[in-house]
Amino acid sequence: MKTGFNFAYLDEATKRMIRRKILKAVCIPGYQCPFGGREMPLAYGWGTGGIQVTASIIGKQDILKVIDQGADDTTNAVSIKNFFKRVCNIMTTDRTAEASLIQTRHRIPETTLNKDQIIVYQVPQPEPLRKLEPKEKETRKLHAYKEYALMHVKLYEEISQFGSVIKTWAYPVETNNRYITDPTPIPKFDNPKMNNMEALQLFGAGREKRIYAIPPYTKVKSLDFDDHPFEIQTWDECCSICGSTKSYLDEIIINNEGKKNFICSDTDFCKSNLEKNK
Amino acid sequence: MYVAVKGGEKAIKSSLKLLEKKRKETGTKSIEINQIKEQLSFAVDRVINEGSLYDKDLSALAIKQSQGDLVEAIFLLRAYRTTLERYAYSTAIDTSKIIIKRRISASFKDIPGGQILGPTFDYSHRLLDFSLMKEDEINSYENINNQEPKNKEFPSVIDYLNNENLLEQEINNLNDNPFDVTRDPMKFPASRDQWMQILARGDEGFLLGLSYSAIRGFGSKGTHPFVGEIKYGIVDIFISPDELGFEICIGEIEISECQMIDQFAGNKNTPPQFTRGYGLTFGYNERKSMAISIVDRALKSEGYGEEIKFPIQDQEFVLYHADNVEAQGFVTHLKLPHYVDFQGELNLIRKLRNEILQGKKL
Ligand SMILES: [Zn+2]
Repeated sequence: MKTGFNFAYLDEATKRMIRRKILKAVCIPGYQCPFGGREMPLAYGWGTGGIQVTASIIGKQDILKVIDQGADDTTNAVSIKNFFKRVCNIMTTDRTAEASLIQTRHRIPETTLNKDQIIVYQVPQPEPLRKLEPKEKETRKLHAYKEYALMHVKLYEEISQFGSVIKTWAYPVETNNRYITDPTPIPKFDNPKMNNMEALQLFGAGREKRIYAIPPYTKVKSLDFDDHPFEIQTWDECCSICGSTKSYLDEIIINNEGKKNFICSDTDFCKSNLEKNK
Repeated sequence: MYVAVKGGEKAIKSSLKLLEKKRKETGTKSIEINQIKEQLSFAVDRVINEGSLYDKDLSALAIKQSQGDLVEAIFLLRAYRTTLERYAYSTAIDTSKIIIKRRISASFKDIPGGQILGPTFDYSHRLLDFSLMKEDEINSYENINNQEPKNKEFPSVIDYLNNENLLEQEINNLNDNPFDVTRDPMKFPASRDQWMQILARGDEGFLLGLSYSAIRGFGSKGTHPFVGEIKYGIVDIFISPDELGFEICIGEIEISECQMIDQFAGNKNTPPQFTRGYGLTFGYNERKSMAISIVDRALKSEGYGEEIKFPIQDQEFVLYHADNVEAQGFVTHLKLPHYVDFQGELNLIRKLRNEILQGKKL
C-alpha cells in the first residue's frame, strides 16, 4: 500500500536523530534529553512526543497497541492508531500480551509487560519540578546538583496540611537512585509497575522537546517518608463487568440521580478477566 | 451506559463527515484558491508567517480547508512543512535593496527616498462598505497612477543616526549557522537569532498584547518607542552553495520590516545611545512587525543590565508561550479524557473528607 509519506511519517534523518537521543536517554535513566522535536500532524499536548518516539523505533514487524486512559477505543487512541496504520501499514492489536510496542496516555496496562515489549508514554510536562520552579534554566541546575529539597518540602507540606501526600497522579519517582522523574499523568496506582519493569520505558514530550527513558530492570521509587510510606489507591467496590478487585477502576454515572458504577480502566484486562472467569 | 467514550472509531468518522457538511451545507459555490490569495491576502500572509512557510498557494489552501480558522490553517501548514527536505540556508536578506511598496518613518519628517504611504487601512474610515455585500465580478480596478519608485536602494533611515553614534550598532555576532528553532530544542539564555525566529512565527495576538503591555506601563521605564522606519516590499533571496562559492538568487519574497528606536542606555562612563528593536515578517504584516520590534527590545533588557521586572522582558515567559501551534494544542488537550486522573482526585477527596468528618485526623 502506498501512503504518500515516508514509513512512519518522519524522514529517516529525523528518525535517526531521535533514536540517538533515545540511546542517550537510556544511558542516563530519568535524565531529560533535549531533542529537535518536529511538528506532527497531531496537536501538541495530544501525544506528539509519544508519536515521534514510536515513529522512530517502529518497524514493519511491530504490532502496535495504543491506549488512552487504559482504553483502546477512546477517540485519541483510535486516532493515533489510525495514523500509524496509514503511514506504516502495520498490524495493531488491543491485546496487551500480543503487542510489541505500546503507546500510552495516562495508564500502564494491568497485564505485566515483558522484556520483548516497549512502552512509550505520552508526556505533557516532562519536568517534575516545573510547578515548583517555572524556569527551565533553574530546574536544569537543580537536577544537575541533585538538589531536590523543593520537592521534598512540597510533599512534607501536603502531609502537614492534609495528613497525607495529595498527589494522586503524576506522582514523582526517583529513577535509579538519581533523577527525580515525572511518571507522566498515570495514577499513582501504576507507579509500582515502573519499578524493575522488564520492558523498556520511553517517554516523549513533543511540545517541551524532551525524551527520557527507564531501561529494563531499573529501580524506580515513588518518593515518600519513612513515617508516611507511599500507598496506592484502593476501592471498596469491584469492577461491575469482570468483578476484578485488583485493577484501577473508573467511576461512571449511570443515571440522572447520580448512581454510580465502577469498571476497569484497562479495557483489555477487563475483557480477558471476564473470559477467564467464565 | 458508559458508551459515551467507547466506539471512538465510529464517532471520529461521523465527526469528520459533519465537519465537511458544515462547509457545504447550503451548497454555495466553492471558493477558489486564487480568490482567497487575492481577496483575503492578509489572512494568507498571517498564515505563511505563523506557519513559517512562504507558500501563498498552500496558505490559501490551508485557510480553505480549515474553513477560515487561521490557527488551524497555521497548524496545517506547519505539519506539512516538517515533511519538507532542507536544501540550503539562505544568506541574510538585504532589506535596503527592496522593491518598495510602503515606507514610512515617524521619527523624521522627510527622508531620502521619500515617505511612501502605499496600501494601508490606516486612513480608511472603519465604516462597513455595504456595496461589498453584492459585488459584481472584479474584472478591473481603477488603475491609479502610482509612481512606484524605480529606485531599489532604500538604506535604513535610522542608520543616519549612526553618523553621530547616537544609536546602538547592530552587530553581526553570528559565528556559525544561525540557531534553527524548527530543528533545535529551545536553549536558555536564548540568543537573539533564536528569539527573532520564535517571534517571527509567534502568535500575532500574543505579541500584540505583550507589546501593548510594555508601552502601557508593564515595560522597562515605560517610555515611548519611536518608529524609525517601517518598510513593506519585495526582496531577493540568495543562497550560497559551498560547491559554487558565489551567491545565486533563488527567488523573491514580500517582507514587512520595522525598526523601532527606544529609550537610551548608558551610564556615567558610557555616553547614552538610543537602543533599538527590530521586527521582520513575511508578507504584509506591519502590525506584527511593530509588535515584534517592541518585544525584541524588551528581550534585550538583560543584555543592557536592566532589571527584569515585567513579563515581556522574561525570555522563558515570552518564548515558551508565543507559539500558537503549541499553545492551542496544549490548551485544547484539556478536552481529552482525563477521567483516570480525575478518579484519583475523587478517590482522595472522599477519603480526606471522611477522615475529617469522622474526626480521625483532628
Ligand atoms: Zn473489569
